[in-house]
Amino acid sequence: MTTAHRRIGVPEFDDTGHVYSDRTRTEAAELIGRYPVSRSALLPLLHLVQAEEGYITQAGIDFCATALDLTTAEVAAVATFYTMYKRTPCGEHLVSVCTNTLCAALGGDAIYNTLSHHLGVGHGEAAGTPGDAGSITLETAECLAACDHAPVLQVNYEFYDNQTPDSALDLVTALQRGERPHPTRGAPLTDFRSVEREIAGIYDDLAYRVAGPTGSVETLRGNELAEQTGQTAPAMPANPPEFPPLPEKK
Amino acid sequence: MTVSSPQTPAEVRPPGGAAITPVLTRRWISPESWSLSTYRSTDGYEALPLALATEPGRLVELLKNSGLRGRGGAGFPTGLKWSFLPQGDGKPHYLVINADEGEPGTCKDLPLMMADPHALIEGCIITSFAIRAEFCAIYVRGEAIHAMRRLTHAVNEATAAGLLGENIMGTGYNLKIVVHGGAGAYICGEETALLDSLEGRRGQPRLKPPFPAVAGLYACPTVVNNVETIASVPAIVLGGSDWYRSIGTEKSPGPKIYSLSGHVTRPGQYEAPMGTTLRQLLESAGGMRDGIPLKFFTPGGSSTPIFTAEHLDVPLSFDDVAAAGSMLGTTALMCFNETVSVPWAVWKWLEFYKHESCGKCTPCREGTWWVTGILRRVVSGHGTMADLDVLSDAAGNIIGRSFCALGDAAATPILSSFKYFRHEFEDLVTGRTPPVVAADELVGAH
Repeated sequence: MTTAHRRIGVPEFDDTGHVYSDRTRTEAAELIGRYPVSRSALLPLLHLVQAEEGYITQAGIDFCATALDLTTAEVAAVATFYTMYKRTPCGEHLVSVCTNTLCAALGGDAIYNTLSHHLGVGHGEAAGTPGDAGSITLETAECLAACDHAPVLQVNYEFYDNQTPDSALDLVTALQRGERPHPTRGAPLTDFRSVEREIAGIYDDLAYRVAGPTGSVETLRGNELAEQTGQTAPAMPANPPEFPPLPEKK
Repeated sequence: MTVSSPQTPAEVRPPGGAAITPVLTRRWISPESWSLSTYRSTDGYEALPLALATEPGRLVELLKNSGLRGRGGAGFPTGLKWSFLPQGDGKPHYLVINADEGEPGTCKDLPLMMADPHALIEGCIITSFAIRAEFCAIYVRGEAIHAMRRLTHAVNEATAAGLLGENIMGTGYNLKIVVHGGAGAYICGEETALLDSLEGRRGQPRLKPPFPAVAGLYACPTVVNNVETIASVPAIVLGGSDWYRSIGTEKSPGPKIYSLSGHVTRPGQYEAPMGTTLRQLLESAGGMRDGIPLKFFTPGGSSTPIFTAEHLDVPLSFDDVAAAGSMLGTTALMCFNETVSVPWAVWKWLEFYKHESCGKCTPCREGTWWVTGILRRVVSGHGTMADLDVLSDAAGNIIGRSFCALGDAAATPILSSFKYFRHEFEDLVTGRTPPVVAADELVGAH
């Protein structure tokens, strides 16, 4: 395809001609119903179409625009603003390596380089055929709010903490073999599309998935120290005090 | 044979360590700390009926008296913020929780939401009642899926128990809470960008005024508060303002979750009174890893001016840190040892700000792009002395010239590192120190 006909600055999305499932239509209606104003459901809806197609396509843009009575330009403007909306097909797993300063100083850059070399891909690129079992999209990520567990990476947004280049390589080769090692913190690993559904706000098995562990050594450090040393916060009064009176009107 | 004796309290809390005061973190260590049954067995939802039985205005007064200041970074008095909402205006009011934790170094809200989601939910219900809101959204960064699971589960449990939804605890008060996932944009941690994003738009900041208290979500009066702030509310209701003020400093009352990361022996979350020093926290955390001395740290994330070992005894409260030339921010204490090149760290941070600039304001959009390129040249050994002047000049022209604080934040690492470590930049230019990275090794997304 030549690029001569392209309009500079106008984002283009793959035209897959996909027809969205009835289930997705029903769930979209449910998401829209959660908000006082329908447009607030746009970010969840974009996650939802990504859960069905694996990335944002023209069909997904059209679907959201129709569901929310917006123009496709309004939807495309939003879809191109946020990092988590992928415009090329994503692998079965999305591996995000934090390369922000603190993780990088503790080995994040080395982890990313190791994985990039092993997979033969760079930022945002897929190794293997996207969607196939064992296919992986690699990306560098900004701070993932897990700095006490640095260096960290996420697979489909589940945390794998305190990584080294070797442990990350072991993890990724296991993913390529079709295995799903349990995250350090988070629910049992599924795949990118399944997690996108959850981010949209649709949970199929929440009672089970919510129980994935989170009580890491780092998270509980202060608690452990308080227990070991017998420290507590000052005790509250035995009975809650009266609320203060309303201020006098001026 | 070597016999290791179990650690005694005296060994794990060396003299000079921090006082650990778990209030927000007190349930984290309980089994299934995230469940309604655990929460209820530890005073959970005991503040709610008390709050619902009083007048909303008295709750606002309580929060004013407590002195609680916003934990999202700015430290604005919470009760005062609530009091700005007009009353009897006939418009819907909204509560929006900023759970878009993403400031580099900041890692307190995610563990809080995962370990004790009901504390946030109870805080949301009490706050919504206080500001007369019937809809509350918790805007969680999209990458924090497990926090969203825990919060959604907590909302479902609370609703099933009659603590949320229609006619809460038989009082006639109705509240709906929606857990809303973002999509990967640091700028949405800025409250007005967050509101635009929550309205289904690109996350770009709004010009203030009007402030969200007057025209926030859907142009209606809105309170936007951080997770740690609102999770503090149930404890303040139960303990009262005098109890709350018995912790921390006069102008920064209460406990604070300090997040230690980097070259620290035992990094993690330590809840201690406001005004605790990094020296005390490091003592509790086993000191710097491998005994390599501290070189620089951030008091509250990458957007706060860096401190050095000279600042180990600065009390980490809003006013004390400001008086010492930085900002308390989110108490994200990233500690870097002497092996880390300051220009390299600054360049990596600028790559972040360049990537996350929303593009709305020219000084920030263009400025972060150009200074990052110059920093890249400096750290790869191709910089000139004139580059350093351009860096400080450009940083000075970004700061204060954009809608929101992202531009200021981007200029901060440059200006604060020049204050203490300009010689490191000069040594890279003169070749006195070798390039920190070869040009073909530069990593980063961005």
